[in-house]
Amino acid sequence: MFSAPVNRIIPFSSVDGPGNRMAIFLQSCPFQCWYCHNPETINLCVHCGICVTKCPSNALSVIDGKVVWNSLHCTQCDTCIKICPTLSSPKITRFTVDEMMIKIDEVRPFIRGITLSGGECMTYPEFMEGIFTQTKKMGLSCLIDSNGYRLFSDYPQLMKVCDGVMLDVKAVDSEFHLQLTHHTNEIVLKNLEDLLLMGKLQEVRIVVLPGYDAQNKITIAYVAEHVKNKAKIKLLTYRPYGVRKVGLDKLGTSMLSEKEMEFYRQFALENGASDVIIL
Amino acid sequence: MPNAYEIITDTLLTYQQQVISLAKLGENTDTTISYNPKFKKAIEEGDICDLFEGALPYRPRYIAPDYKILMEKGSEFLELDPPKDIWEATNALLIMYRHVPSVTTFPVYLGALDELLDPFINDEKEAEKAIGLFLLNIDRTLNDSFVHANIGPKDTLAGRLILRQTEKLQTAIPNLTLKYDPELTSDEFASLCASVMLSTAKPSFANHRMFVSEFGERYVLASCYNGLRLGGGGYTLPRLRLNNIAKKASSIDQFMNEILPHYVDLMNEYMDQRINFLVEKSSFFKSNYLVKEGFLNQKDFIGMFGLVGLAECCNTLMHVSDSNQGYGHDSNVDDLGVAIIQHLDNLVAKHKAPYSENSGDRYWLHAQVGIEKDGPDSSPGCRIPIGSEPEIYKQIKHSTRFHKYFPTGIGDIFRFDETWKKTPEALVDIIRGALNSGMRYFSGYCASNDVIRVTGYLVKKSEIAKLDRKEAVLNDASVLGQGSRDLAHAFDRRVQK
Repeated sequence: MFSAPVNRIIPFSSVDGPGNRMAIFLQSCPFQCWYCHNPETINLCVHCGICVTKCPSNALSVIDGKVVWNSLHCTQCDTCIKICPTLSSPKITRFTVDEMMIKIDEVRPFIRGITLSGGECMTYPEFMEGIFTQTKKMGLSCLIDSNGYRLFSDYPQLMKVCDGVMLDVKAVDSEFHLQLTHHTNEIVLKNLEDLLLMGKLQEVRIVVLPGYDAQNKITIAYVAEHVKNKAKIKLLTYRPYGVRKVGLDKLGTSMLSEKEMEFYRQFALENGASDVIIL
Repeated sequence: MPNAYEIITDTLLTYQQQVISLAKLGENTDTTISYNPKFKKAIEEGDICDLFEGALPYRPRYIAPDYKILMEKGSEFLELDPPKDIWEATNALLIMYRHVPSVTTFPVYLGALDELLDPFINDEKEAEKAIGLFLLNIDRTLNDSFVHANIGPKDTLAGRLILRQTEKLQTAIPNLTLKYDPELTSDEFASLCASVMLSTAKPSFANHRMFVSEFGERYVLASCYNGLRLGGGGYTLPRLRLNNIAKKASSIDQFMNEILPHYVDLMNEYMDQRINFLVEKSSFFKSNYLVKEGFLNQKDFIGMFGLVGLAECCNTLMHVSDSNQGYGHDSNVDDLGVAIIQHLDNLVAKHKAPYSENSGDRYWLHAQVGIEKDGPDSSPGCRIPIGSEPEIYKQIKHSTRFHKYFPTGIGDIFRFDETWKKTPEALVDIIRGALNSGMRYFSGYCASNDVIRVTGYLVKKSEIAKLDRKEAVLNDASVLGQGSRDLAHAFDRRVQK
């Protein structure tokens, strides 16, 4: 039975795809984006124990060399996350496919589908396939929220039970992508084309960065030209909340204005996109 | 009860509110019906509450006239011909509302407004103006939050205009319910209703299929969320305060076998007395034009057996002191709750109710929403105490265990944050799932709005602020909302993010 480390489950989410959905956030991500809002999802816990002594409500302990989290004592003050030196969290629970299906079944009447997100959920494709296969049988839709670092076409069985992918395109300029995320983007861009061909591109998200007008335009123009009217494009306003120092140094603490975002929306439309929204 | 001098010198009461209070004072001097001394004791000790209906009933508590008759035939008594256009239709209704009594003196049911008005729409712009003025008139003249209108289940232009004007006017009155059936109501119309609900705290969503299975097609939602027959209504509504009577029990067995039957008998006797008097002696069913002209049929009235405080009752009987660990959180406590309601339903069903031929000769259960004086130790009906609500899906599932027992009214209220305003269709997913799972009535509002739902009725926070400044306000129910805020934390529901 496949399992995966889960950072968080949101039983009712209205912002992770169409309608009301259960959103499941899997732990760990191969990217380290400057603007990451939840950097505690980037790495797996190395059980260094630093957080254990700092927990004000004694919700953490070390058992057999592993950090163990007691959710009943936890007040969600997030001290552990703030001081974690490895961009991780001790509040991770490993779920098998069957255990996760119980969680999904609890909310089944009230949701239209589920969305697997992260971290980067494609780190656990076998677990995802197991979840989606059973979820589809319940009559629910299954979406993936991904940074596109893994080639979807390598997982035909998973794609059969996946209704669509919400793909992040962080940057199109390969050099800039490497700086921004510590990772290359060839596979991301290949995925953009593959998903269009498969008819599985639900939407593309682009974070619009303050102070990087040229890069914003390269990314938006490329995505708009490729996507055209085949998927929605969401332009996300960079927000400094939760961003760590490395990101704040590069991107600052201010946000682009509505007017500036509207400029980029128009720019996307001029480059061939037909459905562009600002968030 | 304040005396006449106190009523007449109270600067917080409007003239109209003084007249209503003085009438009640006068009614209560009568001693024609001799109530059981044990019943009077139960009232004094807070075990039963008569909801201040008054000593001698001169009209049923809730009245739901069939306004379609007014549209088709007019009214002889009101000297109204059948209306021919939207202006005449809204005007005829406004005239009739003035002559529909109830326990509050205001009409608690205004009709299926979309069905009534849709046939009169020729020009959309003109109709919207007429409907806007109509709704404004209702808010300013029928100034009581228990005034209630219905729309749906079908998507109509009149329904859309009512929603548009409801959102624009931002008033607490009238209360509004969508009769929702996913097979009859379009997704788009349901989304529109959810969107207006997030901006104006109405409409609420009623489980159309469930109500039809119990009442047939001729049912209405009136007052807070009361299911009643169209062309009928509710005779009377006393309520058993389960939270209080649980304190008198030495064990769960004793509660079930001695205490509960004792109070059910007292309630039944009291309801029998009032209904017998109302039907046999008072003039209402003999000479009121509503009866004579067929707007009402006495046989379609129901005696409503109310209750409150199931949560605290169960926690007391199970010796739970922390409300976050008991009812709504522990399946053993919830199982007891279901057992109590089942037992109560059986006890009530055993009693042959007078003048209830069309209701199976029995009284029907009603989960009353509480009154401001109940305080924090008495939750509405079968609801989980405010402040101890679990995650929304757990709260919904909990409520579905109880809703089937309460055809004459039960519901739950959910408070949402701003983000849901952008995705009303996601909210409809939740509501549809809730109703499909057996929930009877779903209300929601957005935490940041002026119009909010207190326990079953709506108030404007701005009106309550006026009361706080010791200024009189138009809406009768604002003072109730103020009390519920101060005494029962009714504004502090869990926010769904």
